[in-house]
Amino acid sequence: MSTAFGDDKRILIVGASLAGLRAAETLRAEGFRGRVTIVGDEPDEPYDRPPLSKGVIAGRFPAAHTALPRCEPLRDVEWRLGVAATGLDALAKRVLLLDGQSIEFDRLLIATGARARPWRDPSQAKLDGVFTLRGRADAERLHARLAAHPNRVVVIGAGFMGSEIASSCRELGLAVTVIERGPAPLSGALGGVVAERAGALQRDHGVDLRCYTTVDALEGDAEGRLRRVRLSDGSALDADVAVVALGAVRNTEWLRGSGLAAGEFGVACDAGCRAIALNFIVTDDFFVAGDVARFPHPLYRHQFLALEHWSNAIEQAAIAAHNMICAPANRRPHLAVPAFWSSQFGVNIKSVGVPSAADEVFIAQGSLAAGRFVAVYGKEGRVVAAVTFNQGRWIEFYQRLIESAAPFPPEASAADRPTPSAPIPVAFPDPTAVAHEATAILTGYDATDRRVQWIPRRRAAPAHGAVNPR
Amino acid sequence: MREEAILRTIYDPAHRAHPYALYDQLRQVPVRWQEDGPHEAGTYVVSTYREIAALMHDPRISSDLRKGAQSGGPRTPAAPYTFINLDPPEHDRLRRLAMRHFGPPERSDYLERLRPDIERIAARLADGLQGERTIDLVSRFAYPLPVTVICTILGVPHEDQAQFHLWADALVEGVGSNAPEARARRLEASLALNRYMAELVERRRKQPTDDMLSCMATDAGPEGRMDDPYLVATAALLLVAGHETTVNLIANGALTLLRHPSILERLRHEPDLVVCAVEEILRYEPPVQLLANRTTLDDVSIAGTTIPKGVLVTFALAAGNRDPLRFRDPGRFDPERPENAHLGFGGGNHYCFGAPLARIEGQIALRELVRRLQGPRLVVDPPPYRPSPVLRGPQQLLVEVDGVHPT
Ligand SMILES: Cc1cc2nc3c(=O)[nH]c(=O)nc-3n(C[C@H](O)[C@H](O)[C@H](O)COP(=O)(O)OP(=O)(O)OC[C@H]3O[C@@H](n4cnc5c(N)ncnc54)[C@H](O)[C@@H]3O)c2cc1C
Ligand code: HEM
Repeated sequence: MSTAFGDDKRILIVGASLAGLRAAETLRAEGFRGRVTIVGDEPDEPYDRPPLSKGVIAGRFPAAHTALPRCEPLRDVEWRLGVAATGLDALAKRVLLLDGQSIEFDRLLIATGARARPWRDPSQAKLDGVFTLRGRADAERLHARLAAHPNRVVVIGAGFMGSEIASSCRELGLAVTVIERGPAPLSGALGGVVAERAGALQRDHGVDLRCYTTVDALEGDAEGRLRRVRLSDGSALDADVAVVALGAVRNTEWLRGSGLAAGEFGVACDAGCRAIALNFIVTDDFFVAGDVARFPHPLYRHQFLALEHWSNAIEQAAIAAHNMICAPANRRPHLAVPAFWSSQFGVNIKSVGVPSAADEVFIAQGSLAAGRFVAVYGKEGRVVAAVTFNQGRWIEFYQRLIESAAPFPPEASAADRPTPSAPIPVAFPDPTAVAHEATAILTGYDATDRRVQWIPRRRAAPAHGAVNPR
Repeated sequence: MREEAILRTIYDPAHRAHPYALYDQLRQVPVRWQEDGPHEAGTYVVSTYREIAALMHDPRISSDLRKGAQSGGPRTPAAPYTFINLDPPEHDRLRRLAMRHFGPPERSDYLERLRPDIERIAARLADGLQGERTIDLVSRFAYPLPVTVICTILGVPHEDQAQFHLWADALVEGVGSNAPEARARRLEASLALNRYMAELVERRRKQPTDDMLSCMATDAGPEGRMDDPYLVATAALLLVAGHETTVNLIANGALTLLRHPSILERLRHEPDLVVCAVEEILRYEPPVQLLANRTTLDDVSIAGTTIPKGVLVTFALAAGNRDPLRFRDPGRFDPERPENAHLGFGGGNHYCFGAPLARIEGQIALRELVRRLQGPRLVVDPPPYRPSPVLRGPQQLLVEVDGVHPT
């Protein structure tokens, strides 16, 4: 087996985590025999991040147990771990490393992901007891502190990360206050209706949840230890641990001056994962995958999406790697419908599509009050997303509704459809501008046969040829 | 053969030993109408992997046949519906109440703790074969193992187990058969079993032990207890659903290994291969070949066909398991098959409750047979089969051996 990109070629992957590893595996699985080098600034071999905010900080298993499984042995891959890339010379096709060395390549995959957004005041951020969470080392430190029974943990930000951290703290029996600027936890991601349920979940589990509130300052004592958290409502909380969970920042600084369209929101690329230059011309030898990528999605009017989703990282990495070594005519588009999961307070949450593209939501199965439900999100008469709480096994069905731009509210009469039921406004605190493309549908079942198909504007789902023998 | 009568031919006992060419034929059209089969009114049969998987996760498909237009399959009116025949939310609630005492998250270590007991039961059965040269593996090994295990799990006292075995026989005999005599025998056994279970529940409530029935009878969990009639019916469900299925897994497994001597030989040296071998048996010779227990709550369009609302829908698991679009070289028995996501345990919300137990039982049973039987060879191939096309497996599996190794 040989690939269009010859055995004499050199591929460099920067970022040795989920996307980087999956890309390397795909290169080898698809028969690329040239040189593969992986550079990563963390000392560890690739590991999995989702368990960090769940089982690891709760002490259910050690951080060392999160190594990513290998689908390929990767014996002949050169690993350069513990050293950061500091620059890209696009013309010379060379990446500069922090240790002064440089690596030349024929094709590059940018997979440097994201890091935790730090607390805005650097001196406050340095207080002993103030944490962020992104890597294994962060998780180990945070777990050690939580295991020492702090009096109160303050979690700043109730997105998925903050909510999972709060859940782990409750699992440890710790007093937790969650500070959220919006009306409810997860409201930015899931909208007010479902978020209200997430808030109830937190309160039922003994979290002191403060919504419409922000943190003004973190205050320490003379020894530099966190003592108090001052809130926007004028009150203050005594706390010895604060976890800053205010989202992530893309690791693109090293690409400054490279000529690629890389910035705060990630590195722009086309649907084939090829990086886009600042002049908006698509490049041939620079590819992007994972959290660091921004890519146009046909279901969302080709707006650029930047996702921080595990499954997106692996799917995009596999597509990028495939496209790096195949003949141009065999390139595949990255069209996967966005999907992620979370687990918190005993609930498994799954999401497909982009809920924030919706303006209405509809409970299609189960009930909000019981905490087990499927919420379907709609925009202009189309299904654009679905979120399940402890009902994840139905998610594929709703994914197909999204892919086929099925009518909203969905007609499907599930056995546990609540009655009465009607769509209600989805209530996003500050609606983002992601729009759903009502004239594109996805066909095919996996990355190898997925296609975009344009359809005329219409209300109903595509009529299948009906064959009924009776 | 008429296109509408493939399923009828599959139901015909004459084809029991070699059904797979018929399943291949069925799969030529992923979703199609079939006369007869499980019900005189006919059924839509889904036979390709992708379509079965899709419909198992489709909320418009119901397992509660009372919601269909047809009268539904064979039923025992005496017992309330158990979760296998119910839809969410009732299905989910009852299944959770049972799962609390069986597996994760609440009782993750339960089956592992049971493993030594199952190993002992298997070893004892193999001990019993010592000194014999011709052995029926079904009656002497595959059959007694799962009943004894489920008795242990449910907490049926040792002295009642013989009677329990008899009821179990009557209940599973001819599942999927509509013959009036089979129905009557099943009903009678079911009534007797229910009476017995009800009594046992009472006993366990007064004097709880470590078994599942005691746990269910005394549960003080956040969602409360199952009502007694459900509890009794669920105990019976665990017996029925887990019994002949596991017998067939072990018997089909032994048969398949005897037909593939090189793999049997490998298993002697690589006992851990049994884990993947069991998965491949569940794909290649699935104990549950057909699930003829679904109906549509709506018109459902799939693969170019619209299944009308309210009809009986059958998932041909045995066909999906040999779909060449999903499994490369599907007619080959290959324990090292990558990504063997077979349909042997079903899928979606009714995915087999007992799958982790069945796997352990299958692995222990086959490992024990491979280890203990010296020079085993089939006496009759194909063996005689039980009548049911749904729960398909040998009636008798005669092997000759040179001897049986001591433990
Ligand atoms: C605590 C936590 C919980 C999560 N839970 C979920 C979840 O439940 N569900 C879900 O869908 N997603 C979850 N995610 C998101 C998911 O983990 C990410 O989408 C995924 O890790 C993205 O992989 P990646 O390889 O693109 O980026 P990353 O995992 O961020 O990896 C990038 C790597 O590149 C390295 N790097 C950065 N800059 C440089 C440089 N200049 N030179 C060399 N190396 C560099 C980084 O150190 C890192 O090792 C979670 C993330 C975290 C942090
Ligand atoms: C090899 C052995 C087994 C096989 C092949 C098997 C197969 C299956 C299949 C295909 C289903 C799906 C039914 C449906 O969708 O309608 C199922 C469900 C079920 N099985 Fe098994 N099974 C096995 C062993 C067991 C055992 C040992 C138990 C009990 C401990 C068990 C208990 C159940 C129950 C209770 C259900 C219903 C689940 C639900 O409706 O949610 N099974 N099984």
